[in-house]
Amino acid sequence: MSTQQNSGNPTMRTPQLDRADARLKHAEGIGGTVSAFIDRVRSGDLGSLPVIVGLVVIWTVFTSLNPIFLSPNNLVNLLFDCSTVGVISLGIVCVLMLGEIDLSVGSMSGVASAFIGVLWVNMGVPLPIAVGGALALGIAIGAAYALLRTHLGMPSFVSTLAGLLALLGLQLYMLGSTGSINLPYGSAIVNFGQLMIMPAWLSHTLALLPGIALLVMGMRTRRKRQAANLSSRSVNGLVLRAAVATVGFEVAAFYLNQGRGVPWMFGLFVLLVVIMNYAFVRTKWGRSMKAVGGNAEAARRSGINVTRIYLSAFMLCSFFASLSGVLSAARLASASQQAGTGDVNLNAIAAAVIGGTSLFGGRGSAWSALLGIIVIQSIANGLTLLNLSSSLRYMITGAVLAIAVIVDSLARQSRVSHGRA
Amino acid sequence: MTEHSTNPEKTGAILSLKGVSKNFGAVSALTDIELDIHPGEIVALVGDNGAGKSTLVKILAGVHQPSSGTILFEGQPVTMSGPADALKLGIATVFQDLALCENLDVVANIFLGQEKNAWHLDEVAMEVRSWELLNELAARIPSVREPVASLSGGQRQTVAIARSLLLEPKIIMLDEPTAALGVAQTAEVLNLVERVRDKGLGVIMISHNMEDVRAVADRIVVLRLGRNNGVFTPDASNQELVGAITGAADNAVSRRASRLSPSAASEGARP
Repeated sequence: MSTQQNSGNPTMRTPQLDRADARLKHAEGIGGTVSAFIDRVRSGDLGSLPVIVGLVVIWTVFTSLNPIFLSPNNLVNLLFDCSTVGVISLGIVCVLMLGEIDLSVGSMSGVASAFIGVLWVNMGVPLPIAVGGALALGIAIGAAYALLRTHLGMPSFVSTLAGLLALLGLQLYMLGSTGSINLPYGSAIVNFGQLMIMPAWLSHTLALLPGIALLVMGMRTRRKRQAANLSSRSVNGLVLRAAVATVGFEVAAFYLNQGRGVPWMFGLFVLLVVIMNYAFVRTKWGRSMKAVGGNAEAARRSGINVTRIYLSAFMLCSFFASLSGVLSAARLASASQQAGTGDVNLNAIAAAVIGGTSLFGGRGSAWSALLGIIVIQSIANGLTLLNLSSSLRYMITGAVLAIAVIVDSLARQSRVSHGRA
Repeated sequence: MTEHSTNPEKTGAILSLKGVSKNFGAVSALTDIELDIHPGEIVALVGDNGAGKSTLVKILAGVHQPSSGTILFEGQPVTMSGPADALKLGIATVFQDLALCENLDVVANIFLGQEKNAWHLDEVAMEVRSWELLNELAARIPSVREPVASLSGGQRQTVAIARSLLLEPKIIMLDEPTAALGVAQTAEVLNLVERVRDKGLGVIMISHNMEDVRAVADRIVVLRLGRNNGVFTPDASNQELVGAITGAADNAVSRRASRLSPSAASEGARP
């Protein structure tokens, strides 16, 4: 029935509202979907293609160099590591969406972990209050960046670079002469960061959810669109997508359960990604974010409170950075001077860009944080397995970031010349 | 169309400006401006650079507030303290640069800042409404789910006009709607402007292009150095118009003609 409807026999029914124009090509059937996809990629609308290609290449290379790379337990570790930096990336997506940047996210996460160490371990403040304090500090600093940007016109590049240094200083000051504070093993937060794994049955159940969600929501949208005389996806396509998603996630869950299983911390990260994805795609706030990133003046004239959008983006970014600081303190069972330094900053930004969020604003998705961080952490993890020195690791990660930004710029130029902005 | 000119409503302007002046410090940008807009008519606002057209548009859009004088909307004096007030009254503005977000699709642009259901966007309802608006304008947009960047200049203008119609305004102001367009696209936009008028809206069109103005306007209001400098019908000669705009014909005769012309204009508006 779906094919009949899409082939649009004019004698049988009036054209759908959005299919009345004869000039527009419509993807029909599987062949049409494939050729539409190729057209999109050619015009620079790459979507998650670079990530998938990158992942395949990276995993193939590392597995051939060291078969341990693909072992279930190594992948479980990979997911633990992804969760901490990935949460920062999620915040970075928010500011990149506006065409802004936050370079201080690494230091912010370092400050948050030092905060936990000093308040909870050294001063005996209850853990929830210490965590709440760290997150509140993050939100306050994000607000400061936003106000500097909107009221004083200070480019976020500069204000957050200043913040990077200032926060690093604060981190060193808080940790004092000891330099590092150990979090007690056996405490809930350290267990969460190192040990807590979902039971196998739960991970398999959760792996069913994306497929079910795709199918149920797809069918609902389809019904609504048909009722409104708009074109809609075919049932076959929906079922196929749902089936592919279900099989994929079930296989992944099964494979990870051969090792330790799916970490709760990764579950938390994915939950945050899903929430942010909803916010970006389905809420007025998300639409306003994209509008401000695309054309701030147009957004202002259509009644969007641009200052508030900037505030929300920077506050979310710093909030996620400090949450990541808490998570990484749990992961490492310590708050140290090294927390959040080194390549954390750039990894978080690179992950968002590699995942497909544009540095130039107006384009991005929450999924890019998840996909990008898996690429970045795969590289870091694989290089560690090869016992390469950190000098080489930095150079290789730097090269990957450069390639990601080049791909982004080229894709953007191509989009402009193909009229897809 | 003719029913509008015979309609008693014709005398009841939706919007009238009475002695509106605007000073920026020592500079008087507008002095004693009188302007009436009736439902279902296109008023072209012409004048040289610095004549005060943009200031007038900004006052009507709520961006500036007049220094003196009153604005009557449907007979009631109103004050507009911001763009939101103007929108609420039913005065929509299509800016010269269109103010579209190129990275968003047509639906998102039409509903920008006015999305249905803030916490769970109703995409289907918004898409249906977008098609309704575009179809009312007999617009030819291939797909409303393509980013605006992929549209031509005329199509973008259509989207901007459709967006201004979203809140069901009573008056639309178009600032240089044809300035950046080619011949065919200009004709399309002029058709569009006429369709908006035929919906019974008042249209204020600002343009430097006398040909366009003459093609669609029911009345041509000339501003010069911040003052009314005559109201003409579209069949006024080019010489008269240019004279009024540049001030070459600024004499007692033309001023007398302009005082008498509002009544003449409404009769001669639609031959």
